[in-house]
Amino acid sequence: MAHPLPELNSTRWPDGPACASTPRGPLLVGCGAGFSGDRTDAARPVVDALMAAGEPAVLIFETLAERTLALAQLARERDPSAGYEPLLADLLRPVLADCLAHGIRIVSNFGAANPAGAAACIAALAEELGLRVPRMALVHGDDLMGAKHGQALQDACGAQWPAARVVSANAYIGAQPIAQALQEGAEIVIAGRVADPALVLGPAVAWHGWAWDEWDLLARGTMAGHLLECGAQVCGGYFADPGYKNVPDLAHVGFPIARIEADGSCTIGKPEGTGGLINAQTVKEQLLYEVHDPAAYLTPDVVADISQAWVSEVGPDQVRLEGVRGHARPSHLKINVCSERGWLAEAEISYAGAHALARAQLARQIIATRLGAQGRLRCDFIGVTSVLGDDQGQWLAQLADAGTAAREAPRDVRVRWAWEQPTAQAAEVLLREVNALYTCGPGGGGGVRTQLRSRLSTVSCLLPREQIVCGWRWWLPATPALVTETP
Amino acid sequence: MSSCTLLSVPLFRLAHGRTGDKGNRSNISVIAYHPLLWPVIEAQVTAERVAAHFAARRPSGVARHVLPRLQALNFVIDDVLEGGVNSALNLDSHGKALAFDLLQMDIALPADLLVHCKG
Repeated sequence: MAHPLPELNSTRWPDGPACASTPRGPLLVGCGAGFSGDRTDAARPVVDALMAAGEPAVLIFETLAERTLALAQLARERDPSAGYEPLLADLLRPVLADCLAHGIRIVSNFGAANPAGAAACIAALAEELGLRVPRMALVHGDDLMGAKHGQALQDACGAQWPAARVVSANAYIGAQPIAQALQEGAEIVIAGRVADPALVLGPAVAWHGWAWDEWDLLARGTMAGHLLECGAQVCGGYFADPGYKNVPDLAHVGFPIARIEADGSCTIGKPEGTGGLINAQTVKEQLLYEVHDPAAYLTPDVVADISQAWVSEVGPDQVRLEGVRGHARPSHLKINVCSERGWLAEAEISYAGAHALARAQLARQIIATRLGAQGRLRCDFIGVTSVLGDDQGQWLAQLADAGTAAREAPRDVRVRWAWEQPTAQAAEVLLREVNALYTCGPGGGGGVRTQLRSRLSTVSCLLPREQIVCGWRWWLPATPALVTETP
Repeated sequence: MSSCTLLSVPLFRLAHGRTGDKGNRSNISVIAYHPLLWPVIEAQVTAERVAAHFAARRPSGVARHVLPRLQALNFVIDDVLEGGVNSALNLDSHGKALAFDLLQMDIALPADLLVHCKG
């Protein structure tokens, strides 16, 4: 079928799968973002390194968390052209021209709730930069909103099914549409909710020509993706602990590049001249990040097994991962259903100087009395504890019992409340009560800040994979942003 | 294993770790800084002690996975995030701080291994 697509003017990536008898050389996969809101200057050094390497290369951006997709659906409700990664143009502007010129493919879930909207944004960016419109593929099938899937989702969620309005329902789909689109010559593959490691597994399968039942290979590509998907977290970010785990120049931390061989083994590195650190410790921490049973890391494409995996430092800022095994993919896919969940009120006030803790405790009692027993109320004494406490205040009580709080006599305490209510109007009561502590509360309270925001709730369920039809299509400029196609 | 004097040493001198979260479930890795410290960690950082460490948050279960080739433990702690990222009232709704909290656990360390500790 002929499409009015631009000609590829430069790519080192031949169409069609690799041949098993003549394995291809390594594929380089760089990461330009590890979450929605990541640094927009991170991708540039990665692209420079990929260009200098002169080998087949892909740049991924991972920008979706559990909540992000629900927020994107809400954004699209307000504006039908929105609902993709809000920083998309900022992420791509520094690198789009060079990626197109040097055949560096881009693969991302930055499509969020509106992959076609993201493509339109990229086309507009290309025009702004004086570039041709890239060949863009849109991945579909993850979005399960709408009547077609409603009953199946309700059945799968059972008693967990939310009473409040459902905002988003998405399946974590696998790497197959990404791999197919790349093999057909897509320069940019735009997905919504795919499993994060699929952003790397898709390109690895497309390049190396692995079969979808070569479980060990699929698991290795998946774990390479797992190491890359959080960006700087494998390069010394979320790691440094001065005196124990020192990281050089963390202010300019580099983002990772994986070199994935035909046998699936991978070496993680980062661009020269960037800050940060890659060693056995950074890779081990990221390898186990958000993993439950290491022998059964569930993804849509394979069950990965890192129970016998090992890492080795093979050069400066170069760590190799080996020994990953794979088992047959699960029969069901994970679905996240997001719904509205009332309102969260937060308010803070500071008590400092003599008897700060005693005045903070009095303020706590006053607010508890004024609000009564309605809704979950939490109180922290920042300066004594900001996050280690618990909702019931048990941790704080233990501290007081042990005499720790009295002995240390904190001179500066910021009291922070969080209160959950079904409506904004009800939640506002906390904000007014804390504000009233200025004149009606203990002496010397200052610096009141308040915040009110709507909340979302997520439940997960499983659906048989046969019920979820996913695939990809070319983006064409005339495609209306709101049409959801099924093949 | 050495039979010399035992010293009380915080876990953060023997191991490093990272917290991850999914829903209301936290996972915490505990990774040995040195191969000779690994047997001590494996013997003393038990699921029971981890459950006791986080007792104030009322975990409903703690599973411990042992990764001998990485010289690491992976703890999976259920219902410890006060509802998880969407519903917790805690400022740190992901529980990002929990690994560094766990690393304060006391370890009884044979004195001749102190040379392999950090800090």
